Amino acid sequence: MLSRKATCHSHGQDSSYFLGLQEYEKNPYHEVHNPSGIIQMGLAENQLSFDLIESWLSRNSDRTNFIENGRSIFRDLALFQDYHGLPAFKKADENLNLAVNINSQVLAEFVEEIRGNKVRFDPNKLVLTAGATSANETLIFCLAEPGEAFLVPTPYYPGFDRDLKWRTEVEIVPVHCSSLNHFRLTKSALEEAYQQAQKLKLKVKGVLITNPSNPLGTTMTKDELHHLITFAVAKEIHIVSDEIYSGTVFDSPSFVSVIEAAKIKYPKDTTLWSRIHIVYSLSKDLGLPGFRVGMIYSNNEAVISAATKMSSFGLVSSQTQYLLSKILGDRKFTKYYIKENQRRVKKRHEMFVLGLKKAGIRCLKSNAGLFCWVDMRHLLRTSTFDAEMELWKKIVCEVGLNISPGSSCHCSEPGWFRVCFSNMSKETLNLSMQRIKAFVDSINGGRYGQNDARSLCSSRSKKVTCYMGFIIVKICLST
Amino acid sequence: MALMLRNQEHFLSKIATNNGHGEDSPYFDGWKAYDSDPYHHTKNPKGVIQMGLAENQLSFDLIQDWIMNNPRASICTAEGADDFKDIAIYQDYHGLPEFRNAIAKFMGKVRGDMATFDPDRIVMSGGATGAHETMVFCLADPGDAFLVPTPYYAGFDRDLRWRTGAQLVPVICDSSNNFTVTRDALEAAYTKAQEAKIKVKGLLITNPSNPLGTILDRETLKSIVRFTDEKNIHLVSDEIYAATVFKRPSFISIAEILEEQDMEGINRDLMHIVYSLSKDMGFPGFRIGILYSYNDAVVSCARKMSSFGLVSTQTQHLIASMLSDDHFVDKFIIESKHRLAKRHGVFTKGLEQVGIGSLESNAGLFFWMDLRRLLSEATVEAEMALWRIIIKEVKLNVSPGSSFHCSEPGWFRVCFANMDDETMRVALRRIKTFVLQTKGGQEASAKKQCRRQRLQVSLSFRRMEDIMMTPHLIMTPHSPICSSPLVRART
Repeated sequence: MLSRKATCHSHGQDSSYFLGLQEYEKNPYHEVHNPSGIIQMGLAENQLSFDLIESWLSRNSDRTNFIENGRSIFRDLALFQDYHGLPAFKKADENLNLAVNINSQVLAEFVEEIRGNKVRFDPNKLVLTAGATSANETLIFCLAEPGEAFLVPTPYYPGFDRDLKWRTEVEIVPVHCSSLNHFRLTKSALEEAYQQAQKLKLKVKGVLITNPSNPLGTTMTKDELHHLITFAVAKEIHIVSDEIYSGTVFDSPSFVSVIEAAKIKYPKDTTLWSRIHIVYSLSKDLGLPGFRVGMIYSNNEAVISAATKMSSFGLVSSQTQYLLSKILGDRKFTKYYIKENQRRVKKRHEMFVLGLKKAGIRCLKSNAGLFCWVDMRHLLRTSTFDAEMELWKKIVCEVGLNISPGSSCHCSEPGWFRVCFSNMSKETLNLSMQRIKAFVDSINGGRYGQNDARSLCSSRSKKVTCYMGFIIVKICLST
Repeated sequence: MALMLRNQEHFLSKIATNNGHGEDSPYFDGWKAYDSDPYHHTKNPKGVIQMGLAENQLSFDLIQDWIMNNPRASICTAEGADDFKDIAIYQDYHGLPEFRNAIAKFMGKVRGDMATFDPDRIVMSGGATGAHETMVFCLADPGDAFLVPTPYYAGFDRDLRWRTGAQLVPVICDSSNNFTVTRDALEAAYTKAQEAKIKVKGLLITNPSNPLGTILDRETLKSIVRFTDEKNIHLVSDEIYAATVFKRPSFISIAEILEEQDMEGINRDLMHIVYSLSKDMGFPGFRIGILYSYNDAVVSCARKMSSFGLVSTQTQHLIASMLSDDHFVDKFIIESKHRLAKRHGVFTKGLEQVGIGSLESNAGLFFWMDLRRLLSEATVEAEMALWRIIIKEVKLNVSPGSSFHCSEPGWFRVCFANMDDETMRVALRRIKTFVLQTKGGQEASAKKQCRRQRLQVSLSFRRMEDIMMTPHLIMTPHSPICSSPLVRART
């Protein structure tokens, strides 16, 4: 009755990543109302710097109330559905006679600012989309046919299974990265993935990287970028670089975009540049996922042209474009925000890493992102994904922390977990670390429960429901 | 540059390089003409008037007043700032509960409370554009087809087909019965598809109709529902113009039909509605699309797909506030209809005075103008020739019927709700002048036997219009500048 897409599981939501989110929804932690509930550590949200935006808003409420030059521009905004985006938001355009103060190139400039103003972003090469989710899907629609493939280094963001594959019918072929070299992207891993695709008779159209990486939290080194570019040149394929976390780089090495590396290594190869496409969003850096502000940036006119038309299926609300044009148009504010936000992410990261260390848990050394890639291999019963799942269920249901198992990110080695640290207060983070420590101590001490840091009023029935949920899910997954 | 573009295209998908987006069609000449020469009361009084854009601009003052009086609805104001953080961070694809509740209530009100809507069946999308595409992704596989009665909104060619790979099979309707969707026409289309070995997955109706501006009566709706039920295919009802029904008969939604006693055996899993606030409230910029389905699996699937086009929570918050204000909503619906009725009346009566008829309509932001007798011959070429004259000489961007896949040449969709009163008067004057001029021209040339003669509008037309224009230009607020669909999501 329905389409294949409606009845298959390519939406990827049976993955443990989403299941963990569901378990959290059933029993969410709250300081006062539910102190023994599950703490959400599976959602990479940036809640550290809202106060900066809120105070900007309170200082600038006269600039965001739809009044320009003494008259209301509400109507102009409400009518504006040009898929090139509000000029104030994207670029200065005298031909579009909107009664708004035309700030020049605000989004392009913000993106430049994030990259330390090392690269110029031309507002004409930018397409606004409803979040990075839409940007990624749109790019795949533009670059590949159904049945063709993109190579994606593992571990990767679980949402890619839906965003890149579901409606586009494009395949993902993983490029396996290993902890032996800190999950760095290697020439041989790329080649191996390419061969694998050939074996499966899949035509490879490109490589999609996330830089800084989700879930690793690392920025790609110059070497990795060079390997990637050389590989893409040799195979004549595209590179899509999802740079959604580029504003969260808090430590050296500083962020280098693939487009920057390409221009240095191949300064005259415009064909190469026309096969590199950037995805960005305000969801992580500004912490505004609800506003659905994403973008595609490309030197390829044909891609920009097609993507622009496709953006009709997911434009950014003009009301939101207007607000953000005001915020991002305040260069002084954005400069300050970017620095301060990075400082806070760094501090939070340090606090978390230290806390884990006290529990004898290490994580991958990282310099970006809103999470850590935590090494719990030593806590596995056996070095298998089943054991990883077992451990994960315990952590969600008994320890009360929703973290994301590495298998949901397609990691090739069991025992790694992505744990987010910037979507909660300091106190909640401290509590989560206490719970982890208690859990680890109990494993070392033999019996879990004796040093339970969770409130004694934690209900048994909630745990049972939690496990029941997993059992049901396991049955569904295996059918 | 062209070579570089071609080289770049070589690396892209077929979807990216084909014409499925529909924007290469010659109809964009009208938009180009408008873009390069847009009408303005004072700065460009001889420019092209935009009558090809189905926007509702008649009732913004009501909304603006509401916004001024309700600062809490905006998260940027001092009163509303407390909500900022929670709203900015909320990305659940179920949407804010208060948003869904408000939309469900509004949809019911717009249908005269003759139907109720379940907020849990409401799924967000990137405008109705996004809703249509998502619907097809859920219901059809590449190569499958939807039946669509003609004439239909040109954007469907892109929205339903481009990235989905689905096909559209037209259900031919004509003026002999006022373009009614008959059972015979449906059967004929269905049979044709079967003969071509095309699998039909559903029927898409637009009610009220774009471009006709008419609504489907109860019997027709029931006949349609029975047809789809018998064939076991889906029925998608695009009700985006539901609140623009400005005079009797009242709008009847599919939702209402399903509640009727003799419809009890109908399979509800085949029933779906597409809606949006772009037309009823005039908010196309806010991208508020709604997909409503009676099929749980479709709701579930569409909800996951809505990740690709969620409504900004800032906008959800504003709309939730606004549509929860019963007093405002009731007042708005009534006043909006009243203004639409008035505008529609002025145009249609004005045209009658010069013998131009239009399809009798009671809804929409446009009327379906009948210029068949001005055609040199009943062909699409003649229609296009007439249309080019209307754009270049009469300076009105109207939409030719062929762009809506109308089977009869000579019909044009004329939008009337996207301009102020003064512009409307100018537009009406221009049409009248043109018709009178052409009538005179036609009588003179009727004696000649030339059948392929193009209609020529001489310079005297311009002079005539100059005379007819008021000597003193009235200072009015700017007429809204509308963007060309060459660069926009289309209406």
